[in-house]
Amino acid sequence: MSRTAPAGPRGAALGTAGLVAFAALWEAVTRTGLVDGRFLPPFSRTVAALGRELGDGTFWSALGDTLTGWALGLAIATAAGIAAGFVIALVPYLRRATASTIEFLRPIPSVALIPLVVLVYGTEIASVLVLVVYASFWQVLVQVLYGAQDVDPVAEETARAYGLGPWARLRHVLWPTALPYLMTGVRLAAAVALILAITAELVIGAPGLGNLIAVAQDSQAVPEMYALILVTGLLGVVVNVGARAVERRALAWHQSVRGEVPV
Amino acid sequence: MLEIRHLRKVYEGTGRSVEAIRDIDFTLAQGELVCLVGPSGCGKTTLLKCVAGLLRPSAGSVLLDGSPVTGPRPGLAIVFQEYGRSLYPWLRVGDNVELPLRHRKGLSRTERRTRAAEALATVGLAEAGRAYPWELSGGMQQRVAIARALAYRPEVLLMDEPFAAVDAQTRADLEDLVRRLWTERGMTVLFVTHDIDEAVYLGERVLVLSRSPTVVLEQIEVGLPVRRDQLTTRADPEFTRLRTRVLERIRGTVPDAAARDQ
Repeated sequence: MSRTAPAGPRGAALGTAGLVAFAALWEAVTRTGLVDGRFLPPFSRTVAALGRELGDGTFWSALGDTLTGWALGLAIATAAGIAAGFVIALVPYLRRATASTIEFLRPIPSVALIPLVVLVYGTEIASVLVLVVYASFWQVLVQVLYGAQDVDPVAEETARAYGLGPWARLRHVLWPTALPYLMTGVRLAAAVALILAITAELVIGAPGLGNLIAVAQDSQAVPEMYALILVTGLLGVVVNVGARAVERRALAWHQSVRGEVPV
Repeated sequence: MLEIRHLRKVYEGTGRSVEAIRDIDFTLAQGELVCLVGPSGCGKTTLLKCVAGLLRPSAGSVLLDGSPVTGPRPGLAIVFQEYGRSLYPWLRVGDNVELPLRHRKGLSRTERRTRAAEALATVGLAEAGRAYPWELSGGMQQRVAIARALAYRPEVLLMDEPFAAVDAQTRADLEDLVRRLWTERGMTVLFVTHDIDEAVYLGERVLVLSRSPTVVLEQIEVGLPVRRDQLTTRADPEFTRLRTRVLERIRGTVPDAAARDQ
């Protein structure tokens, strides 16, 4: 829950300056011939190609496919992660029984499942969904489990002393305690889900931005390929900024967001 | 009203068991303010948790109005020492006070609101309902915790070293608040503390506890006037006599405990 994003107008100005410097460096190394223009076209040509893409219906439908796979997969993974996390956290027996299994399954890279999902679902969007859900589910689950462990015994005893039943304690103590962890989990899962959606499209050929990148590469349309890569990068930034905004609103009470309050 | 009958509590650990409370037996009458005082680590918190129904005693029983306390019940409200952890930072002050009432049957939203507002006004925080607990000072937070207990309208108010973590001036104010609640509302209060002066200043009766495994060493009636004041009461020779007596009793347990350990 660390706040890494620089705050305030000064931070925003610095961030913009960094991006401008990056674009200038890109332009410079390609214009001076330091990097072969066939493999990396200058920034200006890439942006021009991006402009052409934005006017093309194929691009927008691919973007739609990618975002659908991403959002749907993330939603399923989040719902499943929350449900499984709370059930496991509430039943000590389950927690002990599942700990080693989770530690075994979690590190398996989703990409390793590509042959399996191609066999089962072919190049349908279902293939993308399975990979996205698998990768992001663990991020959410593990954070929910951490969060559930963090319940303050005094907070829990207070709830019990004042007659709150198991459901009320789940709603009023466990859920708010786990929420900051859950938010972190969803933010991580959102980034992982995007990576997996693009990867799956690229490798399997399911419809989406990843597939367009593969097509651009096959047809030697190098500036278009970089333009699409830029788009995936921008998507990542938008997803992260969006997730942080949601976090700040939902966790206004939390130490990490409110900072120190002078009393 | 509240009877503690030969209460014993042994914590069963792996391979060894620790006897926290050996035998505690006392009764609180309706409208009494009783202080339990004992050296630190003497099982005061364990005792209060048993009384509140949060812990199951190993032997003996707690009776509220003649019926055994086997779990938390509406007749008992507790104020913990750790106000910062006992109040929920994600709820506003008003919602913190109201939360226990939301799970009471037959209380409308308006009634809950009114009760919470009244309770906050009683502790002098009528304006703080919309604030978050962490925007308030420690003393104010403990007032909120007291308001939450008042809004619950318990038969007995249990207080577990509630003022141990606040500064001396705030502490004096909060002590006077407890005295005022007792005189004005006739509440039944069981107040646990390690502070001898606090016990004598607040209580109508002081129970002196031994070191762990705990027993009641002595019950002392406090003959101080009902209206107490931080300046005059604490200067009263009777106050000095009582606190010396309690202190002697607590100090006197040290050689006993040492002899037993050998």
